[in-house]
Amino acid sequence: MDWILVFLYVALVLIGLFNIYAAVYDEDVKRGLLDLSLNSGKQFLWMGLGLLIIIVILSIDFRFYNSFAYAIYAGIMLLLILVLIFGKEVAGSKSWFEIGSFRLQPAEFAKFATALALAKYMSGSNFKFERLKDLFITFAILFTPVLLIMLQGDTGTALVFGAFFIMFYREGFWPQVIAIGLISAAIFVLTLLVNEFYLYIGILLSGALLILFGKRTLQRIVLILSGMLLVASVIIGVDYFIENILKPHQQNRVKALINPEADPLGYGWNVTQSKIAIGSGGVWGKGFLQGTQTKFDFVPEQSTDFIFCTLGEEQGWFGSLALIMIFMMLLFRIVILAERQKSKFARIYGYSVASLIFFHYFVNIGMTIGLFPVIGIPLPFISYGGSSLWAFTILLFIFIKLDAHRMQVLLR
Amino acid sequence: MNEERRYTILLVFVLVSFIYIAKLFSIQVIDSTYKQAAEYNVMQRITEYPFRGLIYDRDSNLIVYNKPVFDLMVVTREARIDDTLLFCRQIGISPDQFENNMREMKRRKGYSSLQPAVFLKMLSVEDLARFEDYLVDYPGFYIQPRILRGYALNGLANALGYVGEISRPRLDRDTTGYYRQGDYIGISGIEATYEPELRGKKGVKFKMVNVRGVEKGSFKGGRFDTLSTPGKNIVTTIDFELQKYGEYLMQGKAGAIVALEPQSGEILSLVSSPSYNPELLSGREFGKNFQRLTLDSLTPLYNRAIMSVYPPGSTFKPVQALIALQEGVLRADEQVHCPGGLVGDHSPPGYYDVRKAIQRSSNNYFYIIFRRIINQEVYPNTFMDSNVGLQKWADYMDRFGLGRPLGIDIPNEKGGKIPGPDYYDRIYGQYRWKWSTINSVSIGQGEVLTSPLQMANYTAIIANRGWYIAPHVVKSIGLDGKPREEYRQKNYVGIDSVHFDSVIDGMVMVVNEGTGFRSRLPGIQVCGKTGTSQNPHGEDHSVYIAFAPKDNPKIAISVYVQNSGQGARAAASIAGLMIEKYLTGEIKRKYMEEYALKGPFIY
Repeated sequence: MDWILVFLYVALVLIGLFNIYAAVYDEDVKRGLLDLSLNSGKQFLWMGLGLLIIIVILSIDFRFYNSFAYAIYAGIMLLLILVLIFGKEVAGSKSWFEIGSFRLQPAEFAKFATALALAKYMSGSNFKFERLKDLFITFAILFTPVLLIMLQGDTGTALVFGAFFIMFYREGFWPQVIAIGLISAAIFVLTLLVNEFYLYIGILLSGALLILFGKRTLQRIVLILSGMLLVASVIIGVDYFIENILKPHQQNRVKALINPEADPLGYGWNVTQSKIAIGSGGVWGKGFLQGTQTKFDFVPEQSTDFIFCTLGEEQGWFGSLALIMIFMMLLFRIVILAERQKSKFARIYGYSVASLIFFHYFVNIGMTIGLFPVIGIPLPFISYGGSSLWAFTILLFIFIKLDAHRMQVLLR
Repeated sequence: MNEERRYTILLVFVLVSFIYIAKLFSIQVIDSTYKQAAEYNVMQRITEYPFRGLIYDRDSNLIVYNKPVFDLMVVTREARIDDTLLFCRQIGISPDQFENNMREMKRRKGYSSLQPAVFLKMLSVEDLARFEDYLVDYPGFYIQPRILRGYALNGLANALGYVGEISRPRLDRDTTGYYRQGDYIGISGIEATYEPELRGKKGVKFKMVNVRGVEKGSFKGGRFDTLSTPGKNIVTTIDFELQKYGEYLMQGKAGAIVALEPQSGEILSLVSSPSYNPELLSGREFGKNFQRLTLDSLTPLYNRAIMSVYPPGSTFKPVQALIALQEGVLRADEQVHCPGGLVGDHSPPGYYDVRKAIQRSSNNYFYIIFRRIINQEVYPNTFMDSNVGLQKWADYMDRFGLGRPLGIDIPNEKGGKIPGPDYYDRIYGQYRWKWSTINSVSIGQGEVLTSPLQMANYTAIIANRGWYIAPHVVKSIGLDGKPREEYRQKNYVGIDSVHFDSVIDGMVMVVNEGTGFRSRLPGIQVCGKTGTSQNPHGEDHSVYIAFAPKDNPKIAISVYVQNSGQGARAAASIAGLMIEKYLTGEIKRKYMEEYALKGPFIY
């Protein structure tokens, strides 16, 4: 077993526990870390159950995950459908099962299930993205949960599945397609930031420059012109999308990213407050439980999505740096382990793990420091919440299990 | 294959982390504004509640205004009270109440020791004046002004509606994101319909306060602050003096009065009785009073003028005559032989024309002409013929605005019922019913149900000879604005104005030589029609519709008094007095006022 990964996992989960405690700490009513009426006490309970899950994962035969990948995937998809029927609506998304006071969010578990199913399918002996059927099935596996989660109204979690493109890239997906996707995203943001008029001038200018200072073959000019048209239509599309397709609260989030002051009562306020909390931490932080801003109740997701604020405020820049370093070590270690796998299945799965953790880390911290729109997804292992903690635990430990048995796999 | 791509991936990981570390360095180490905002300071977000629009009557008398009240807020963490007893004495509460409020406040959802929380709700100006000077001794405590509704004139409660704290479900449904928990919102009546206009726009101020409760100025020079915009004032169509008089006449009775200006559809008074004092639903006692009003068996919160529906009885006869005339199945001066005994009748057998039939309220006559409307012998099969005829009749009724909501600008208007072919098909089956099955409809009994508002509007249609403007209570949004678009359009009912002559003549005769004599006024020609609405549960309801003067009518009115027997008594006397009050400004017929107030209406 790879003890480095286990060690990093334990470190992150403990950091999470202490910060959840700090986030809900109230000095008027002094309660212990493990008080079950506090989120930290509950998180400790989830951690205990998480340990049980780890033991189960490690004791099951490693071949189980490969053989039953589709069955697991199918089971979780069924849960995603059932939650649409029997689910409980919380804050506009119908994505929770509620049994008594206990809630479970199946979408969290769809992440590892999809990773397993993709690994299984893509490790098939002659899988190729270039083959239309393979591409189609891969996308079907990926977009089925995305669709179901969108139907629940949980756009944030659905977006997470975009992370699999990092793994696709490693497995030979066309970089051009990914580049086009990223450029579209960049244009999307630019459309929001810059007056459209200047964008069109920019397109015209760069098009003209490309034509003037290059080989003036007919083919190249046609290519450049159609590129210009494409970019222009993306801009028009984005405008239409923002005004007509996004719901008002989503529009506000996107707009608040660009200009937090535009909506000081709503999401802009959250981001501003989040930045004040982190910014006030300074170099060394205010010290454990000494934060004043994060206990301020400025965001409902104090111990879940905005947990990084507490760390930033109380542990300062060095604390944040340390957390980022731990995440980096974790991601590097997973990539290194993934590359040393002998089976394609384990490698693909390993890359999926790295991709998913990276994406959450990227979006979550980005939103707290105002570099990304507010998308409600948790910080892996740190944020409060049983579903998310268990889902990431399962995700990681299946990989640790697979890695522990890498020598037993015959090269295919 | 593709192994080298791992380096690109790792590079992306490193790059993102590097950007984050740099950004964090910039906000945590370099930029000091965030530290200033937070260091030993807590930012408070103070909501500035806008002034809610005022409500006036048609003569610009103020009805509803704003009463400033004050919530005493506390930021627990900053609060310093050296002597609790002294504090309690100064603000005028008992130490028990102090403990109680503190405990309750901390139990409230979303409570935080760092955020302002309401410690004492809705203090009056006098309360505030008493201890404002002491407040400086107590850091962490401050005053949040709030707006409550005050009533310059007591009356019109059901139409005005009330304002209250927004409910949880309502808050969840709000997609505009305007409302926050604890905000006030118009819950019924005009306050609800015109909520968007009345409420204005909240402002917000970000204030920084240090640990000792001393203000350290605004955050980032007030860049985030917004000013509140006051709501728009509203001028209603109500003549408050007439309204008050109507409420006075209706005291001790259950029922409704609706008075309209026929040419404009403006509602002059909208009386629902019993009613309540609007002050009851404004202020600290809201919860207690609301519960009491809800449990009251006389349902004072129920706006009978627009929500109660009942059979119109004989007041329904003029519209039947108009339809028959327009359909060409009846001539105005045609002498119809009424043999009597077709249906129970107060009116003797003999020959009747429209005028006499309305004056004497001949059931047999309207029984006969309703048959002519329904069975026009378009089809030889009487079942099919009745179906077509009734549909035609129901379409007229719909154009008259009977049996459907008229779209008044007060929520929860009820439609009532005009039974059409679909309705009888459901009950008896298609082509299983004919005229004789449904003939009680001819005299406004049976399944027909209308509201006092619809009856007043229908009277206005007769006064206007064929058209109406949808009745409404708001004349102008802003002090010299216009009513909403839908209250500026004429709706024609499809009856030629010539047909109204004989019907109006009949209504004149009702007043001058018939059952409507209690509404007869010296020098003003009133046109009216009495009705008695059959009530299987007890005494019949007294109903009356009228308009006046006959030429160039200024007022159309419907009166409905529950369990008071014939329309000629309670309803007609009240309608007459209302018209007298509105047109002459005073009551000369004191004996009639006495009669209307005291009865007896059931002999």
